[in-house]
Amino acid sequence: MTTPVKQHLIDPEICIRCYTCEMTCPIGAIQHDDTNVVVDPDICNFCMDCIPVCPTGSIDEWRVVETPYTLEQQYAFDELPEQDDIALPEDAGGEEIEAHDDVVVALLAEAHKGTGGKARAPATASKPTINLYSLSNPAKATVQGNYRLTDAAGDNDVRHIILDLGRVPFPVLEGQSIGIVPPGVDAEGKAHLPRLYSVSSPRDGERPGFNNVSLTVKREKMGLCSNYVCDLAKGDEVQVTGPFGSTFLLPSDPEAHLLMICTGTGSAPFRGFTMRRQRETPGARDSLTLVFGARSARDLPYFGPLKKVPDQFMRKTFAFSRAEDQPRQYVQDKLREEADTVGALLKTEKAHVYICGLKAMETGVEEALGEIAASAGQDWAELRNRMREEGRYHVETY
Amino acid sequence: MLDLINVSYDSQIPNNVGLSSDKKVLKALEKWHPGYINWWNDLIPQNFQESMVYLRTAVSVDPKGWAKFDYVKMPEYRWGVLLAPAVEDRRIAMGEHLGEPAWQEVPGEYRNMLKRLIVIQGDTEPGSVEQQRFLGLTAPSLYDMRNLFQVNVEEGRHLWAMVYLLQKYFGRDGREEADDLLVRSSGSEEAPRMLGAFNEETPDWLSFFMFTYFTDRDGKMQLESLAQSGFDPLSRTCRFMLTEEAHHMFVGETGVGRTIQATLEAMTKAGITDPTDINKIRDLGVIDLPTIQKKLNLHYTLSLDLFGQEVSTNAANAFNAGIKGRYMEQRIDDDHKLQNDTYPVTSIKDGKILTEDVPALTAINMRLRDDYVRDAAGGIGRWNKMIAKAGIEYELKLPHEGFHRQIGVFSTVAVDPDGNIVSAEEWAKRREDWLPTKADGDFIQSLMVPCYEPGEYASWIAPPKVGIDNKPGDFEYVKLHMA
Repeated sequence: MTTPVKQHLIDPEICIRCYTCEMTCPIGAIQHDDTNVVVDPDICNFCMDCIPVCPTGSIDEWRVVETPYTLEQQYAFDELPEQDDIALPEDAGGEEIEAHDDVVVALLAEAHKGTGGKARAPATASKPTINLYSLSNPAKATVQGNYRLTDAAGDNDVRHIILDLGRVPFPVLEGQSIGIVPPGVDAEGKAHLPRLYSVSSPRDGERPGFNNVSLTVKREKMGLCSNYVCDLAKGDEVQVTGPFGSTFLLPSDPEAHLLMICTGTGSAPFRGFTMRRQRETPGARDSLTLVFGARSARDLPYFGPLKKVPDQFMRKTFAFSRAEDQPRQYVQDKLREEADTVGALLKTEKAHVYICGLKAMETGVEEALGEIAASAGQDWAELRNRMREEGRYHVETY
Repeated sequence: MLDLINVSYDSQIPNNVGLSSDKKVLKALEKWHPGYINWWNDLIPQNFQESMVYLRTAVSVDPKGWAKFDYVKMPEYRWGVLLAPAVEDRRIAMGEHLGEPAWQEVPGEYRNMLKRLIVIQGDTEPGSVEQQRFLGLTAPSLYDMRNLFQVNVEEGRHLWAMVYLLQKYFGRDGREEADDLLVRSSGSEEAPRMLGAFNEETPDWLSFFMFTYFTDRDGKMQLESLAQSGFDPLSRTCRFMLTEEAHHMFVGETGVGRTIQATLEAMTKAGITDPTDINKIRDLGVIDLPTIQKKLNLHYTLSLDLFGQEVSTNAANAFNAGIKGRYMEQRIDDDHKLQNDTYPVTSIKDGKILTEDVPALTAINMRLRDDYVRDAAGGIGRWNKMIAKAGIEYELKLPHEGFHRQIGVFSTVAVDPDGNIVSAEEWAKRREDWLPTKADGDFIQSLMVPCYEPGEYASWIAPPKVGIDNKPGDFEYVKLHMA
């Protein structure tokens, strides 16, 4: 049996034959006759250059096939063929393609498992660009800065790393991840695979108008890549892949209310969300709620800057599990304390829930949300599934 | 170091031409900018200016970064000066300078010819925005309103592009021409736009779709041939404009297609199979196919006039000088000089329509028009497939090129849509069968009621198959500002 492959096709019913894709393709994989524009499966290498220039969206079509449609077959299409009931071996079956790189697809499927079904992007999210850069064709970034975020006396070393992409186009949205390729080889002499990190900066750059991104990385004791990243010095060059992820995204609708629940470096995407909102709708009120857990204030990344964000702009609650002279508190405890507000929010269509952090937080948070929903007279499972279907419930844990 | 890929926001005007180090031009553009903003503000009704529109903005001319979608208020749209990246060692592709390095400065001997071409191109850009200024008030959906505004802001940016060329390369008279682009105005008695089609009204949305399908397609052909220019800055400007122009073709082709789709669906639902049962079909709140054909006849023929005289020494000179090429010049397999070639051109002899071979150099306009006709036929085929699929017996057709012409060899004779020369009386008698009448216009106008609920569409137009930027059906493409 042949292994299924992914094929790039163009929807002949939507395409208007402007040939912009054909003129853009750097390797001549696109051609046309008087009726259809088609992609040569033997040439196309999924570089994605043709995707953003298409005015119609007809270009962004993919089929998993055992035998690719030939050029002749494509020229004869009156409409696109249906997807046969076959899937790529590593695909978890999500609606949106989160990456074109098999390993990353599997990683993100695992991270989004906690949503309880197929993850969907918010209806008003901007369209993400994915996989512009891959292991064979990584982007080069230069380290602009590396700052320790946690107190020197804290238990953890969490760092804020700024990468400058220079002139390399790197369109990344808040909530997306990028891959960092640690240098060197493993015990078997193979190059290391990239590790994924959520960007913690908004789409227009850590500094607006600059082509840079920031990451929030915690040093793990034996972590190969985290130690590499946390030790980077200004001026170092880093190999970057991505961007990845097409569901854990910020809704463009300024009315959408974000309930962001995180622990530790799970705060990275929420920093991006918040900064985007600060830059876009600085006058917004009552549309951001953050529930943030850490061992103590000393270990909470961005604790200083966060305190300066006005409460009308973002409601903030902190849960500390190892604060001196205080009972241990977790994010779910804070959710319960805020049950009235959270319950009222969950009843509205504006509510978008995001959970990000360690896998261990999932169960506790879901139980708390379940109780809150129940006491407000709602069936949690039903509510969660509906919110997920509508792109309003997101989990990314690791 | 000049950044030629990423857009520079360090000056008031986003650009990838290093404006901040070109103080003279920057100053000229900044001086021109307030007049432009005034022009825009006086044009589009105020509540739309205040609305948040889901638009794409060029952030870079690289294919991976040039189109980013987001909500923006139109006056805050980042118009700017963006040129496609320079091709290294680019050579002139046609005419007597074939093979010489492309010019980075204006060659003195062609200065006036170049300036004239740039001014004419520049004049069409604001012209169409002026023609379409009130359409937002009757938008059949927020989706369509967003598409209208996208077209409008990009035409605005195209004006910027031409103004940049005038100010950068044509000194004082370039600046004067740039100012005049804001003085002339579509349909004005004292200072009309330069080309006829840009002084016609765009009274309704079907006209808008026909305009973007037929007239913007002329624009595309003109840009294609200017993209071949030996004057490199013009070539690079036009190449980037073409990527945006594709969206305008899209709005036209799908707009007419969705109008037809709504008609077909309504007819099927009401059990009407005769497409000429006009009154019954109109009672369904949709536009009958024969009226669509009449609109097509009108806009197609107005657009053909934009190609000028079939045989033209001006066009020959521009080609020979290497200023303006043919459609897809680089893909044409000939000597690109045309000194000894001929090309078949229609002419009229003894009351008959003939073709005769003339020197190819003089037939540049005719050739571009032929390429246009082929290009325009593609969408008609697509629409006819929809009609056939619905089981209705009707076929839309491009009328004969001689029909209803004001410019060129056909302007002296009366030709019917099938290409027969008829008497002026006969033509006048049948005019109402071929071209939209006032009553047709009134009927279409009666359907033009705004539909501002996300995901809803006026009766006469079907929803699109795919949303912009892959957005779902009920996406709020415009967040209307309610004053």
